[in-house]
Amino acid sequence: MTETTKKTGVSRRTLLKGTAGLAGLAAGSGAITGFPYVMSAEPKVLRYLGTAVNEGDDISKQCLKDTGIKIEYITATTDDVTKRVMTQPNSFDVLDTEYFSLKKLVPSGNILALDAKKIKEFDNITPVFTKGETPGGKKIGGQGTAPWKVLYLEGKDSKTFSKTPTEFVTLIPTVYNADTLGIRPDLIKRPISSWAELLNPEFKGKASILNIPSIGIMDAAMVVEATGKHKYADKGNMTKEEIDLTMKVMTEAKKAGQFRAFWKDFNESVNLMASGETVIQSMWSPAVTKVRSMGIACTFQPLKEGYRSWASGFCVSKGVSGPKLDWAYEFVNWFLSGYAGAYLNRQGYYSAVLSTAKANMEPYEWAYWMEGKPAEKDIKAPDGSLLEKAGAVRDGGSYEDRMGAVACWNAVMDENDYMVRKWNEFIAA
Amino acid sequence: MDTSEDILQQASPDLVRGSETRRAAKSARLSPSFISWLQAGPMMLVFLAFFLIPLVFVVIVSFWDYNEYQLLPAFSGRGYTDTFEGCLAQLPDLCTIGKTYLKTLKLCFLVWAITLFIGFWVAYFLAFHVKSKTWQMGLSLLCTIPFWTSNVIRMIAWIPLLGRNGLVNSGLMKTGLINQPVEWLLFSEFSVVLALVHLFTFFMVVPIFNSMIRIDKSLIEAAYDAGASGLQTLVNVIIPLAKPGIVIGSIFVITIVMGDFITIGVMGGQQIAAAGKIIETRVNALQFPAAAANAVILLVITFLIITMMSRIVDIKKEL
Repeated sequence: MTETTKKTGVSRRTLLKGTAGLAGLAAGSGAITGFPYVMSAEPKVLRYLGTAVNEGDDISKQCLKDTGIKIEYITATTDDVTKRVMTQPNSFDVLDTEYFSLKKLVPSGNILALDAKKIKEFDNITPVFTKGETPGGKKIGGQGTAPWKVLYLEGKDSKTFSKTPTEFVTLIPTVYNADTLGIRPDLIKRPISSWAELLNPEFKGKASILNIPSIGIMDAAMVVEATGKHKYADKGNMTKEEIDLTMKVMTEAKKAGQFRAFWKDFNESVNLMASGETVIQSMWSPAVTKVRSMGIACTFQPLKEGYRSWASGFCVSKGVSGPKLDWAYEFVNWFLSGYAGAYLNRQGYYSAVLSTAKANMEPYEWAYWMEGKPAEKDIKAPDGSLLEKAGAVRDGGSYEDRMGAVACWNAVMDENDYMVRKWNEFIAA
Repeated sequence: MDTSEDILQQASPDLVRGSETRRAAKSARLSPSFISWLQAGPMMLVFLAFFLIPLVFVVIVSFWDYNEYQLLPAFSGRGYTDTFEGCLAQLPDLCTIGKTYLKTLKLCFLVWAITLFIGFWVAYFLAFHVKSKTWQMGLSLLCTIPFWTSNVIRMIAWIPLLGRNGLVNSGLMKTGLINQPVEWLLFSEFSVVLALVHLFTFFMVVPIFNSMIRIDKSLIEAAYDAGASGLQTLVNVIIPLAKPGIVIGSIFVITIVMGDFITIGVMGGQQIAAAGKIIETRVNALQFPAAAANAVILLVITFLIITMMSRIVDIKKEL
């Protein structure tokens, strides 16, 4: 099956090359009529496959302006991105995906590691990725598929991760965040400080977690550990017994009517929270921002057990070579050069190269988003809408405080297959 | 034909003469059975290319092995054994897959029964109570209006209505009928069945209406003349004659509901397992053979239900 898709993919690729060639020819013929600058203009197009996190119109427009590279977004969910890499590796050029997917992607041989030497800002990438510590030197929790465990490959075409830095980088980091529970402070009316609150009968019928097994089980594990029922050696790589235990706790809660609903995408989580169907649930930072921008109180609540973190980055398809590969490097270098980083920081995410992002942000913005200081002026979203009034402080505080409190990372477990089956049982219970 | 014969005649007049010519012309004309094959051909090709061949692939893949990131084209029953893992050990308790199918069947039965009831009476009204053809047309077009918006929108529109702070709850609270919001209105089996009925009743109305308007009105008159009561006419004349429509409508509804996972997911708050949901989770986890195995199981069960139904009514004969 994979073999066939590969073959058709190749032929489509040749076809594309052909069209590109034709376009080049057309451009060349333009040169005769007296527009010499189009001579070099084989259109620089990159097909960019990813989730919508990094994909913004503003980013692609700015990129076209600065580099002449036209970005064609192919947006899919995390699961669908992985599926596409496996089955249609020739349907994209640049891949934007999460580090935890690498455990599946790298052995498939469908992605090309990037050469760190060609990435200008590589040495300036935050130590969160390279050393597993914050710039201030706080050690970050490494449970799950932490980026630094899967950042390097042993060789160019190697399918094994290297423990020591090499020049072959699986994913050039772009964006990451520390996730926690979102709450409705106006409906809960008391401080929340532990993941264990998710299963507190007080919130019976008003709690929710996300129905994406590999992420949902991590949240469940944070809860189980917080209630003191079990201490995991690695929440991101459980044994079968641990999976059984985790799912047993969650199933009991479900049967007792603890959960109102589960959510699968961003908008579902926003709707559940905004409509008051749930008052406590696992959530993503921009979803909290969205609820808040609707005029509804919502807090991205820091908890004493820490955060569950995720990170994504760029690599390219195995089929990319020649000028296209050069453009891909040009694009990645552009992405790390500041504009995009600042854009992402202003959405509540974090950028991989802090120095360039800082240079592209106003000092008061940097102070609010990254240093945890009260906003000197009103804080606006990239689209200009008001996010926070002057004086507000970001939930969870500074970059140091938030990233330093990360307890685990999104993961694919060795027992993933078993986990998925158990998760299905939980949903069916 | 004529022109070619003319040309032949001009070329060698001797040859084109008598019975031989006629026989030649006859064999050049296509036999009726060939023509009917030709007419059915395009549909057959579409059926073959977009249904049978993919189906064969699904069955083949369901017997492949798999790992985290690829399909291994070697014979393996793992897709099936994984699906039923622990089912025997758990007896007499039902295992997940058993429970899931039971839940799917239950939802399917409820939706089928309700859509049949509503659909039958809507069709009955349209076919027998609306006298003018224009009104019949107009009213059946009216039934299609909800279909001018997408499936998803029609489904999601229920959420603000049924939610904890939704219109229904706030209305009931204001009238003082309840003092606590009713929780089971949304994200429950109730909301799933409600949305499915809303979405699919039309698929019952059309085929039933279709068979009802073809019932010869003089049969009903004859029943009336013979002294049958309204109920007797309904049970002994109309229902038997409307059977093909009922069966076709039922097949529509049952196949759609058995395979549905989006409506059940959204309206059930992702908390109700369905056969289609298992397939989706498997596909998302890149476990294609297991997903294919589940698809085959679902297909077999749906097929069994439909076979049973067509045992009751011989559609081919009735049409």
